[in-house]
Amino acid sequence: MFSGFDFEVIWRSLPYLFREGMSFTVTLTLLAMSGGVVFGTLLAMMRLAHFRPLSLVAASYVNLMRSVPLVLVIFWFYFLVPWIGGWAIGASQPIHVGAFWSSVITFTMFEAAYYCEIMRAGIQSIARGQVAAGNALGLNYWQTMAHIVLPQAFRNMLPVLLTQTVILFQDTSLVYVISVTDFLGAAAKIANRDGRLVEMYLFAALVYFVVSFAASRFVRRLQASVAVIR
Amino acid sequence: MISIRDVSKWYGSFQVLTECSTEVAKGEVVVVCGPSGSGKSTLIKCVNGLEPFQQGIITVEGISVGDPTTDLPKLRARIGMVFQNFELFPHMTVTQNLTLAQIKVLGRSREEALAKGLALLERVGLKDHAGKFPGNLSGGQQQRVAIARALCMDPIAMLFDEPTSALDPEMINEVLDVMVQLAQEGMTMMVVTHEMGFARRVADRVIFMDGGRIVEDAAKEEFFGTPRSERAQLFLSKILQH
Repeated sequence: MFSGFDFEVIWRSLPYLFREGMSFTVTLTLLAMSGGVVFGTLLAMMRLAHFRPLSLVAASYVNLMRSVPLVLVIFWFYFLVPWIGGWAIGASQPIHVGAFWSSVITFTMFEAAYYCEIMRAGIQSIARGQVAAGNALGLNYWQTMAHIVLPQAFRNMLPVLLTQTVILFQDTSLVYVISVTDFLGAAAKIANRDGRLVEMYLFAALVYFVVSFAASRFVRRLQASVAVIR
Repeated sequence: MISIRDVSKWYGSFQVLTECSTEVAKGEVVVVCGPSGSGKSTLIKCVNGLEPFQQGIITVEGISVGDPTTDLPKLRARIGMVFQNFELFPHMTVTQNLTLAQIKVLGRSREEALAKGLALLERVGLKDHAGKFPGNLSGGQQQRVAIARALCMDPIAMLFDEPTSALDPEMINEVLDVMVQLAQEGMTMMVVTHEMGFARRVADRVIFMDGGRIVEDAAKEEFFGTPRSERAQLFLSKILQH
């Protein structure tokens, strides 16, 4: 059945697929995850703030990001970020932002909305008595957050945060719309160049599956051990 | 040292405290009792500003708790508090629980904080448990660590919010013993509790609350001898029956 196929093409293009493609995908995933978790945590703290305008701003941002398709966000940011950057530093011309940094910023901003909701649930899962205990010892808001609430919230939410990161890993393939070569993009290039569409797309799907599946198995094991710690 | 004057507090339209007034002098041990929902925990939490109140004035050593210009964290650092559910930080070891605020709030060095923490841990009889996590300790042990944690800050007064209510009966005494010792050393204490044995042994005064009001505020002998209010009599007869 596979007589007409040439799987040799995969073997030949492995170095390119992984050195160019996968390294971009992984770098983007890790950067967007780190940035997204930090920014998302700040958003979560804003959403839970007693100061209404602050929580309103954060809530609007999160709701906006979560109701727009990612492809659109990638597009918009690609065109907007140079202008916003230029405006921010007071330049008369839009600044030059490469496709790489544009996608890092986009994914960070977009994923932050999702990480925000996860961290918000995490912060709310910490009993109010813990905050009271921190305050009673003289710790201020930031110290209570940094030493008592966030470490526990983060630990409780670790499995969900990682699951969201697996989704992020898959979503990074959408950068094809701004012509960036990620893993899927690299596979597509080879496929078109050598006319081996079926082989390359099958292989790409397999790689995404293996990585995601392995990651979610890891999360499940982690979940069990986190449950023991608590 | 602690002065509470005409304090009233509302949750929305529901009034939880009505014109509560009392004083706690330096070195005095005051027990606050009353039926559940009487506002005694709320009152004690107003003293270090964990609960805001809408009317009245509370001062601790002359510093007004309700004043928005007061540096509340600084004031709280000088008032120890022990909670019903211990509230140790579960992600930290006993030692880390004891040293965190000393280092972050009082600016003590790690060594200094550790020495202080271990000394107090020994005092509550738990020096072998320094490296454990709270989850591996019994309730009584956790509460004793919580007392040690508060004492690490060299507090000028200690607030106890039902410190033995969440404990199994066999663990109550180990916690009360620590509190009795503390009282005998002259610590200023405000204790919300139903442990009338503790009140008899070390209290100077007993405050009885009902429906958000201080109904009775009397010297210990007077309170246990002939409480003036009917409600206090009823309460006492109910909890002293067995």
